[in-house]
Amino acid sequence: MTQVGTSGLQLNEKLLFEHSDKGRKGYSLPALDVPAAQLPAELVRTDIRGFPELSELDVVRHFTRLSTWNYGVDSGFYPLGSCTMKYNPKVNEVACRLPGFAGLHPHAPEDLSQGALELMYQLQQDLAETSGLPAVTLQPGAGAHGELAGMLMIRAWHEARGSRRGKVLIPDTAHGTNPATAALCGYQVIPVSSEGVLRAAAVAELMDEDVAALMITNPNTLGLFESEITEICRIVHERGGLVYCDGANLNALMGISRPGDLGIDVMHFNLHKTFATPHGGGGPGAGPVGVTAELAPFLPVPVVVRDEEGIRLDFERPQSIGTLKGFYGHFGVLVRAFAYIRSLGPDGLRKATEMAVLNANYLRARLEETYHLPYKARSLHEVVFSDRKLAGGCRTLDLAKRLIDYGFHPPTIYFPLVVAGAIMIEPTESESLESIDEFCEAMLAIAREAETQPELLKEAPRRTRVGRLDETRAARRPRLRWDGGGQVGEGQE
Amino acid sequence: MRYIPHTEEDVRHMLAAIGAGSVEELFCEIPSAARLKRPLQLPAARSESELLAELAELALRNATAETHRMFLGGGAYNHFIPAAVDHLISRSEFYTAYTPYQPEISQGTLQAIFEFQTLICQLTGMDVANASMYDGASACAEAVLMAARATKRARVLLARSLHPDYRATVATYCRYLDLELVEIDFDASGRTDPDRLQAELDERCAALVLGYPNFFGVIEDLGTAARLASGHGARLIAAVQEPLALGLLKPPAELGADIVVGEGQSFGLPLAFGGPYLGFFAARSQDLRNLPGRLVGETLDVNGRRGFVLTLATREQHIRREKATSNICSNQGLCALAATIYLALLGRRGLRETAEHNLAKAAYARKQIAALSGFTIPFSGEVFNEFVVEGPKKAADVLRRVQEQGILGGIPLVRWYPDMPQRFLVCVTEQNRRDDIDALCAALAGGAL
Repeated sequence: MTQVGTSGLQLNEKLLFEHSDKGRKGYSLPALDVPAAQLPAELVRTDIRGFPELSELDVVRHFTRLSTWNYGVDSGFYPLGSCTMKYNPKVNEVACRLPGFAGLHPHAPEDLSQGALELMYQLQQDLAETSGLPAVTLQPGAGAHGELAGMLMIRAWHEARGSRRGKVLIPDTAHGTNPATAALCGYQVIPVSSEGVLRAAAVAELMDEDVAALMITNPNTLGLFESEITEICRIVHERGGLVYCDGANLNALMGISRPGDLGIDVMHFNLHKTFATPHGGGGPGAGPVGVTAELAPFLPVPVVVRDEEGIRLDFERPQSIGTLKGFYGHFGVLVRAFAYIRSLGPDGLRKATEMAVLNANYLRARLEETYHLPYKARSLHEVVFSDRKLAGGCRTLDLAKRLIDYGFHPPTIYFPLVVAGAIMIEPTESESLESIDEFCEAMLAIAREAETQPELLKEAPRRTRVGRLDETRAARRPRLRWDGGGQVGEGQE
Repeated sequence: MRYIPHTEEDVRHMLAAIGAGSVEELFCEIPSAARLKRPLQLPAARSESELLAELAELALRNATAETHRMFLGGGAYNHFIPAAVDHLISRSEFYTAYTPYQPEISQGTLQAIFEFQTLICQLTGMDVANASMYDGASACAEAVLMAARATKRARVLLARSLHPDYRATVATYCRYLDLELVEIDFDASGRTDPDRLQAELDERCAALVLGYPNFFGVIEDLGTAARLASGHGARLIAAVQEPLALGLLKPPAELGADIVVGEGQSFGLPLAFGGPYLGFFAARSQDLRNLPGRLVGETLDVNGRRGFVLTLATREQHIRREKATSNICSNQGLCALAATIYLALLGRRGLRETAEHNLAKAAYARKQIAALSGFTIPFSGEVFNEFVVEGPKKAADVLRRVQEQGILGGIPLVRWYPDMPQRFLVCVTEQNRRDDIDALCAALAGGAL
């Protein structure tokens, strides 16, 4: 096999604050063309202790070196299940930096923001068409923020009808943010066990007049389509509840099936997962939410609307849940998603889904004899194995760390929680047959190593800049900032 | 299909390995009734050049500082962004990476966030800062929730001079949480009225939230507010909508703030019609275990080398789920990186000088406008780089006239303050030259450019 992982020269770099303190700066200002001004002395700070003093090259070199310690999609295969790390097209980066987008002030008058508003309006329409949910807000700043918006709308809808329900049903395959969101909306969380897919009978048993909603992920976090979804929605609706769909896995459904057509009432979109916006090492994301017409009055303000005079921001919506953040959403992320949807068109979106599913099933076929597959139903865009067949006392974490030595970012590990030692792999549509083959060969080689040389797994990774890190120590003795010296372990607490 | 690599032969080979006859067969678990029976109704695919042409046309329909002389602030600021910032965040090892769950191959992101946390602590004077939040408004809402958790109290005082989006976001987050929100009015200085504050503060209060500077650009008296709040056991939350001010103003911690949140857009992020921006969140050590969001901590690897990891995750949704301190999952990693680079470039002296330029330009504009007939400066409090102006007639009419001369002269306040039909907020940064300011004054006065 081709060995992807190799090692090269990696340069050391101190913390910004450990560079010498020499009065440098990497910035220039024009000459001040107005008289200097002063604030009363009691308002003014003396100094900023410890702040860096560096030239431009110092700064450029510092962050360039740090960048080489990171692994991104552009570096290699990044099969994080449920996180969907697809390729981030470069034209999207150009698009969001167009001066007319990047330089537009959110308080600019509406008649001077028509290009941005038009883009937002069209994106709302595109997301509505893709999901089958006619009303869309672009405001939430991330998927979990979209969940919050969605669940607040569900509660507002119930309250508008004079109903005060207190519970939310959440299957055991749910994302960790689902229960946290329900709790933030004042709901009690009732877990529902699934058998890989959620059974309508299980929902029927728990569904009563005090349940406000069911939160479901479809395809779920095992990569399986919730085949009883239509029946589940019918049961929930019949007893006066609503169905929330976590849209994390919409990448498996584009052009194939629309949540709104199945009976889903509310769904968020993770733009980075489905529409190829970059995740940036933790964010920014964007979490638009689609709802049925019945829920549209509760959308957060402002809503982008079109009338005779053009497109404007509508703040006058008396039933709205309010505003969720400053201004109108992560516009720069929205531009990238819009560019992606326009680049692919309807056929391309469907094709992306098909190839994502093909890749996941091919990868599964290559590994399922060697790795334990807890759920046998046909996978969609991701597949979950477990470490049960891994020899030599090796666990999922060891496999993950050894994959790094082979040159791959590990899959999602220990998730979903319903599978002990879960290994959740999502290749996405952007990976070629060759790159998936290389990954599969590494996975097979590691399984052999576990039988013969398990220490290779347990001591991995060995080719990285740092070895396995002591996470327990970090949590027991938190050092969350540089404070002028001292070694790890001398921190507060 | 330029982002999808599969050839027909690849597809045939893969289907054979799977043992499926067609791609269609792979979707067999989706019942027929659940299938979409028609193509999506979306515009056809664009080539890269067609796409860029379409987007360029849309972008040209927006006003910017390149097309207009701009004096808009109110929570989003037109500061200069050094070229190195965008250059460095455009390195794909940064922007195409995920949340750093695998620390051995994410040390770049992790160290940068650790540096960001440190810079925020240095700027605010606080003990700990998280790895960022969606924006200033949502960070403010999370701060209110944290104060309520920490004090186990349910009454929250919000200054009426606090940014309206921050107030609205706090209200949305608290909608179903049995918290009582009380607005505290301002006085003739534009600062929160200390008498009203004293009257409303009591032992039921979890928090008092003040802007620093506030929405009117006025510098609140945090010291007095802190004495009053701590006397009743309430947390003082300082919400910083223009963090460049911290280059010059006393750090909130020094004045007694317990939690400092704010918007980091001023530090190297483009205006971008309101996002993505960067929320920062800093607190005292007492609140460490209650802090929402991600935290990066220093540790050692198996060989005793320094490294960084995500830490204290038990507070997050990963483990305790419905008992999580917050439902926030992602942070604004790339935006935090941009701010870290920006602050590293400016450094100790550059930050101070840039803040001083903002102060001087705004002071000049304020003085020139105050001298115009029909215009007054209604608030007497000290300001940093923005201030309220009262005009001779409706602010929207005055500003529309100014706009016809290619000037975005300010933000009418009437939408949030119905009692202020003639007032507008003017912001002046280091980007505005003296002749921009003179042009604004001439236009306001009714003269030509």
